[in-house]
Amino acid sequence: MAFPQTRPQAPQLPQHLLRTIECQQGAVRAVRFNADGNYLMSCGSDKSLKLWSVSTGTLLKSYSGHGYEVLDADGSFDNSLICTCSSDKTVILWDVATGQVTRKLRGHAGKVNCVQFNEEANVIFSGSIDGTVRCWDVRSRRYEPIQVLDEATDGVSSLKLMQHELLTGSVDGRLRRYDLRIGQLHVDFINSPITCVCFSQDAQCTLSSSLDSTLRLLDKSTGEMLGEFTGHKMKGYKLDCCLTSKDTHVLSCSEDGHVYCWDLVEGSLTLKLSVGQAVVQSLSFHPTETCLLTAMEGRVQVWGAEPKETEEDVMDT
Amino acid sequence: MASDSDGDEDFVSFGTPLEPLEEDEPTKKPVPLHEQTVKDEKGRYQRFHGAFTGGFSAGYFNSVGSKEGWSPSTFVSSRQQKVEKQHVRPEDFMDEEDFSEHGIAPAQITTSQEFSSSHRDKAREKARAVNAQAALIPGDTLLEELIAPARLSIGVELLRKMGWKEGQGVGPRVKRKARRQQTGEARPYGCVLPPAGSEDSEDDDDDDFAPENVTFAPKDVTPVDFTPRLGVQGLGRGVDCSEAHSKAPAEGGVAGQAFGVGALEDDDEDVYQRDSMSRYDTELGGEEPGDGLYGWTAPQQYTKKRDKNKDASYLGKILEGFTLAQKTVEDKTIFAPPTLPRDYRPVHRFHPSIPIARLSGVSPALAEALRTSRGHMVKEEPQEGGRHKMDSSHRGALLGEDALQGPSSVMELLRPEDRQRLLNLRNSSTTPSANAPASSSHRTSSSGGSLPGSLTGSLTAQSSAATCPPALQQQQEALASWRGVQSSAQTFRPFDNNPSKQARYELYLNSLRQGDKDALEQSVDSGMTEWERSREKEEFVRSSILYRPTSSSLSSRFTRAKDKESEDNTVEVSRDQESDVDDKQAAVKMKMFGKLTRETFEWHPDKLLCKRFNVPDPYPGSSMLGLPKVKRDKFSVFNFLTVTESRETAPPKSPETKKKSRWDDSKQKKKVKEEEEDEPRTQPALPEDTTEPEDQQSSDKKKKDGEEEEEEEEEEESRPPMDLFKAIFAGSSDEKSSSSEAEEEEEEEDTKEEEGKISTQPQNLFNISNVKTSITASSTSVTSATTSTSQTVKAVVLSQSSSQEEFGPKLPPRSAALIRGGATSIRSPREEEKPRRTSKEKKHKNKKPHKDKKKKKHKKHKHKAKQKKSKKEESDSSEEDKDQEGDGQVSTEELLKRLKSVQSHQTR
Repeated sequence: MAFPQTRPQAPQLPQHLLRTIECQQGAVRAVRFNADGNYLMSCGSDKSLKLWSVSTGTLLKSYSGHGYEVLDADGSFDNSLICTCSSDKTVILWDVATGQVTRKLRGHAGKVNCVQFNEEANVIFSGSIDGTVRCWDVRSRRYEPIQVLDEATDGVSSLKLMQHELLTGSVDGRLRRYDLRIGQLHVDFINSPITCVCFSQDAQCTLSSSLDSTLRLLDKSTGEMLGEFTGHKMKGYKLDCCLTSKDTHVLSCSEDGHVYCWDLVEGSLTLKLSVGQAVVQSLSFHPTETCLLTAMEGRVQVWGAEPKETEEDVMDT
Repeated sequence: MASDSDGDEDFVSFGTPLEPLEEDEPTKKPVPLHEQTVKDEKGRYQRFHGAFTGGFSAGYFNSVGSKEGWSPSTFVSSRQQKVEKQHVRPEDFMDEEDFSEHGIAPAQITTSQEFSSSHRDKAREKARAVNAQAALIPGDTLLEELIAPARLSIGVELLRKMGWKEGQGVGPRVKRKARRQQTGEARPYGCVLPPAGSEDSEDDDDDDFAPENVTFAPKDVTPVDFTPRLGVQGLGRGVDCSEAHSKAPAEGGVAGQAFGVGALEDDDEDVYQRDSMSRYDTELGGEEPGDGLYGWTAPQQYTKKRDKNKDASYLGKILEGFTLAQKTVEDKTIFAPPTLPRDYRPVHRFHPSIPIARLSGVSPALAEALRTSRGHMVKEEPQEGGRHKMDSSHRGALLGEDALQGPSSVMELLRPEDRQRLLNLRNSSTTPSANAPASSSHRTSSSGGSLPGSLTGSLTAQSSAATCPPALQQQQEALASWRGVQSSAQTFRPFDNNPSKQARYELYLNSLRQGDKDALEQSVDSGMTEWERSREKEEFVRSSILYRPTSSSLSSRFTRAKDKESEDNTVEVSRDQESDVDDKQAAVKMKMFGKLTRETFEWHPDKLLCKRFNVPDPYPGSSMLGLPKVKRDKFSVFNFLTVTESRETAPPKSPETKKKSRWDDSKQKKKVKEEEEDEPRTQPALPEDTTEPEDQQSSDKKKKDGEEEEEEEEEEESRPPMDLFKAIFAGSSDEKSSSSEAEEEEEEEDTKEEEGKISTQPQNLFNISNVKTSITASSTSVTSATTSTSQTVKAVVLSQSSSQEEFGPKLPPRSAALIRGGATSIRSPREEEKPRRTSKEKKHKNKKPHKDKKKKKHKKHKHKAKQKKSKKEESDSSEEDKDQEGDGQVSTEELLKRLKSVQSHQTR
């Protein structure tokens, strides 16, 4: 790219391909680390969710039960539960060990884009194309959501939870942050359909990617923009973005087959990781280490900071 | 029995005396009749079962068990402790009451052995005497008699002293009658009973010579022994053999001894006695001499009554110290029952029952409930009709059942005050009837001038209906029921059609809530006539009682009807409306994130959610969820204005979107990437399109026409010179606080564009609902434009808008739904779905190289773009976007302008 690498921060960025996993479950809609980063979940368009070991790349379990392609997944903190959401408008809670459906939660009027546990994994939040976020109780036997957040005027494309705060990004171009402790809803206007939202690890900033091919880092409390990251291409697809585990860099998928990596503070592009020719659909950053998962088409790739001898290096641009 | 008493202090008392009364002891309440129950000695209820079910109960509910059930007797026997043999008597299985005087086996006091003159004793003595004579040693029995005490009963001794001798009958002496004619005749028949026993022989002897002046002692008759033979052995057992031996030689013949008689039988006369027929009644009606018993077939002598007077006179010898009674013992005279008075009617009438049903304010159902439940609360009337009239609790009590758990009556569900009120109400129902004459007299007397002092002065002004005590009571009742009740919007409004009256009524209620005593007086309009006022007061009181707030326990059982919506045309709208989007958009363009783009609302999380998050509920008291809502007029234009604003670009987008449904265009949707940039905005994809396509076409035309007209109108009317706009909008962005201005601008541009476009773009049409919204939007925009421009036009436009409001009622649901649905569908489907789907297709269908796919995508896109007739528009906007992106540092004015234009595209 046009930007020269300001500093050779190679060790801090996952620029070496460690492993490629052919998931064989159709297109991989999303790839997610589990809570400790030892496993990864791949959401396939063939209605299945697969659990893999990150270190060895072996398939551990396949979870099937959805009626349509799986769009998102999240694992509980104790790795005992997995929740997934799907185009079949349902949210499913899985028992990890047995692979059985613990609960199938119906209620959304459209396909469910995103799903996440809260910290204690006793509530599942799911955001749907129907513009609502539903809070499902894991503890009780109720099949009705605890609460339905229908403030969004368009589909909810992404949501994240951190402590007592819920961050949702909606296609109506607004970033909504529900603060349960204060009892307030903060709405930030972005003016472009939001595809993905993230909290920073220190929970002070929010990162949002929108269809105007821009990532914006906003101060959580005031809503002021701290940084803007451009250069990638995100015009039509719902692509993920994330922050590194140390909050040093911002990463985003791109439709041009790359993963872009910016320095958080300077806003300069530090890495343009070429993943492939197609669109990079999803990515996930290891919770503690420098390790990145990318999903393109039917395969998941694991990227690390240090190259493995068996893996082929990917060219740095 | 009263006897001839010599002392005055000798009283004879009858019955059981009353317990001595103690002064300080409170007088016991008399047990009411219905609580008096018959019990037996053990405290068991004597309950009559009816003849067919066994009469009075016996045992435990006519069973051998007990309350704890039937317990068999235990039998324990061991070597050390042998169990004693138990002799079970029939009495063990009998109830105690059967031993009583009237029982089956009365256990009475009987005379002891020495006082009883039993026949058997006598016979034994006789036998002994005979034995003595027949004994080998004649003095044998004599010696025995000397040693052994004579066991003569006291009666025998007395009789002896009175000159009775053994073998004689008891009674006055009689002249010998020829009694036994037949006996002689009977003799020729074979085996005749020997004249065994002294009496028969005596009789026979006397029979022959009967001197006139000689009286004889009456014949000693052995009464027929009705007691059954107690001996368990058979015939001829237990007989003294010595007697048998002695007897036969004494009589000197075997005459009369039949077979089967035990040889050792001593007194076999009761077996072989020959009765003569003369001793029996042989004819009906004929009176037997000296015998008043008809049809009695027992021997006459035994049953013959003797005249007592005669007896007394004929008693031969009177014991010393005794005299004959002067007067005979009188029979107890039994008096006839008193004659009933002539007008007596054997019907019992109870206290007049309360005619609850007649009470005005109480429904028949309530009255019924009162009547039935009253048995619980006050026991006034005795149970009249026996067990069929008893209610369940009574029967349960009689049967010893436990009382049922939980409220047994509706009354117990009520609050104490309410119950009291009901009771009062019932009591008051009695008072009117009782007071009816009184109150009428009041009225008459008041006309006469003498008013009873009980009426207060303030009440005199009221009508007679209001002044009567029940009305007062009602007022107080209303006061009691409303006092302290929180004012809630849910109270019924009885006078809704008369606002002023309703207002007065509410005033009255309010003062009632505050416990105001003369609430009525204050609330009534003083401008009305006396009669009106009094009427209204009455109505208020009545309705306040009728629609009194229900107690919480009761009201919780009912839910309020929800279909009131038809009446109140309000809609729940979130209280905090989002502020103007345009400002924010402008701010975003200028990258001025922060205050301009940040909005904060009050948001209420669910309690459970807070609990799950271990977070205290931020609004502990509130029951609402989510954003606070307010009620707005349902069909207000402004409602839609805000909606369209807040929904931002939703309605404007519809025109383009409607061309292609979201679903079918999804496949074509691979566009050139630059165009994709615009797509989000340009793709509304109305769900309704798919459902009503034919509708659409027709409506399209209509709409087109309508739109054109509208726009023309607008152009003519509202189009101010461009300078004006420029002057206005070149100023500060602050001025554009209202979106209407922005819209106006859009409108303007739209119209410009549309002038050229409309004719060529038939597909740029809304379906009906869209038309309407667009019309309203345009009209409102017109209004806003006029406000900014000229006042005169404004009036016109306002009328226009109001005229559009007429067909508003059909609008809201459709447009709202449309906006909502459209909004949800606008971007999300294609942005999120499409890529995936397409990629999926790619993968599944063919493993073509990626580039191919992309090309394909592009082709599709282009193809679609061709189809699109609004392409021009899009390209325009895209160009603009590009411009904006390209040169970030344009002047703010320029930026704003562009913003407007962009927006106009969007909103279109």
